[in-house]
Amino acid sequence: MSKGLQKVKGAVFGRGMLRAIVSIVVFLVLWELGSRSKQWVGFVMPWVGQVPAPTAVLAAWVELVGDAGYWQSWYMSFFRVLGGFLSAMAIGIPFGLAMAVSRNFKGVAFPVFEVLRPIPPLAWVPASIIFWPTQELSITFVTFLGAFYTVVINVLGGARSIDVRYYQAAQAMGASDWDIFRRIILPGTLPSIVVGAAVGMGITWEVVVAAEMISGGGSQSGGSGGGGLGFFIWNSYVGGSYEQIVVGMISIGIAGYICSEVLRKFGGIFTPWLRLR
Amino acid sequence: MASTFAVETRTRPPAAARGAIRIEDVVKIYDPDGAAVMAVDHCSLEIPAGEICMIVGPSGCGKTTLLNAIAGFHTITSGSIHLDGEMLCGPGKPKADPGADRIVVFQNGALFPWKTNLENVAFGPVVQGKMSKKEAHDKARAMMADAGLSGTEHNYPGEISSGVRRRVEIVRALMNDPSVLLFDEPYRALDSLTKSVMHEALLEIYYRNKVTIFFITHDLDEAIFLGHRIAVMTTRPCRPKKILEVDIPHPRDYSVLTSKRFRELMDETLGAVHEEAIKAFELGEKEG
Repeated sequence: MSKGLQKVKGAVFGRGMLRAIVSIVVFLVLWELGSRSKQWVGFVMPWVGQVPAPTAVLAAWVELVGDAGYWQSWYMSFFRVLGGFLSAMAIGIPFGLAMAVSRNFKGVAFPVFEVLRPIPPLAWVPASIIFWPTQELSITFVTFLGAFYTVVINVLGGARSIDVRYYQAAQAMGASDWDIFRRIILPGTLPSIVVGAAVGMGITWEVVVAAEMISGGGSQSGGSGGGGLGFFIWNSYVGGSYEQIVVGMISIGIAGYICSEVLRKFGGIFTPWLRLR
Repeated sequence: MASTFAVETRTRPPAAARGAIRIEDVVKIYDPDGAAVMAVDHCSLEIPAGEICMIVGPSGCGKTTLLNAIAGFHTITSGSIHLDGEMLCGPGKPKADPGADRIVVFQNGALFPWKTNLENVAFGPVVQGKMSKKEAHDKARAMMADAGLSGTEHNYPGEISSGVRRRVEIVRALMNDPSVLLFDEPYRALDSLTKSVMHEALLEIYYRNKVTIFFITHDLDEAIFLGHRIAVMTTRPCRPKKILEVDIPHPRDYSVLTSKRFRELMDETLGAVHEEAIKAFELGEKEG
């Protein structure tokens, strides 16, 4: 057997994989037992007895795989998360860097930033529905806020924690201000930007789901969904389809996981010097 | 480690003919919150071109303040510092301009962690616009090979041992063809075995280049082994207390360490340093 194949085999059947499988299987079995407790032990177990069983959830899920509305919900939420996240990066990184580089700019911008920062993004939902022309924009805006503050704070902190020796060494070797910005500040801040992006991405998913629930799923709402995964959950709750609620929850978990994985890959590409520590 | 380590001299005079430092009557008073603290007190010191001058003194005595003034990182309060007859800082110009003729090798190293070793070494000529990126990389590769650093070019500083990192940093400094190398206790964090290897490697580099070396240390073995002369500094405020000529001929190797003359010089230095160390300790107690 070739070395590569052995590696694959090791990864699939290795001890780590085995533990992961055991952990998930035990969890599912306990869940199944709990939710079917009335049939099997004669009384409803508290909390878990009210939850639909995994087999029922799976059945509901299989049904949904063919439903365009369900995939539309995925698409909507991803679209909003991506829009909010990317605009938060696009605005937050230059904003944070500008504050890190210019004392004057920081003096002017930081107080306002610090006053606005403690306001939870969800508190912005009503205001942003009023301010923005479409509901789509207002949801994306709230999502943007979720990531924006984290990105800015990380950029600022990252830039300030760059060791003064690097500036001194670069200066002595004849680096101009622009060189110092491009070759010292920017790469020196990158690890913090990556961390900020990962945390910001997590918050973005939290926020988008809640915003979708509150605002009623945006302009495309109605029918069997289409208003994002948050609205999908809410709609299932209103319609009394508890299995679908759980399907929606797990879907968000998977979506968030995909986003973090992609981000981790990207982060690794941008910060190769941290990979081999 | 028989290696050639010649730095191109271009039109400038060879390194041995430049790098004379004259520190005259330098005073540095830190006054952050009204409580003036004198870090350097009327310090005068002359270092001839191409010599290794070791600066020895207790921690916090103001040695690094002096180094920062030469490098142009900090201001001085009065006095003047000249390099080859040209004023770096002095009356009317409290802070020297940092420049590639004076490169600092820092205590904990200052290789840019986000650049490969090769990119680090090539940094100076590239940002100065003196060489194209390719030229700089070619020269950097050659200089690293001369220093026995082949094979580490594409590693990041975080991937190599601290001893190798220091050597890369010295090569990076030499890429700028400096007149003076300023060492701020570069080997402090290294174990004594690595240290001894580093010392011989440094002398090897020095014999090829003959740059002036201003070297701050606590380590008396290091001071005597490397230096042409040793300036023992008083504890805060900092001023030369005693200047010793180390009359052991260069080139030196580690057999020097066990020689009789080495022991005698050690005794002499130790006496002067010990007094100051006690003073520094008592000063610390008072403040604490």
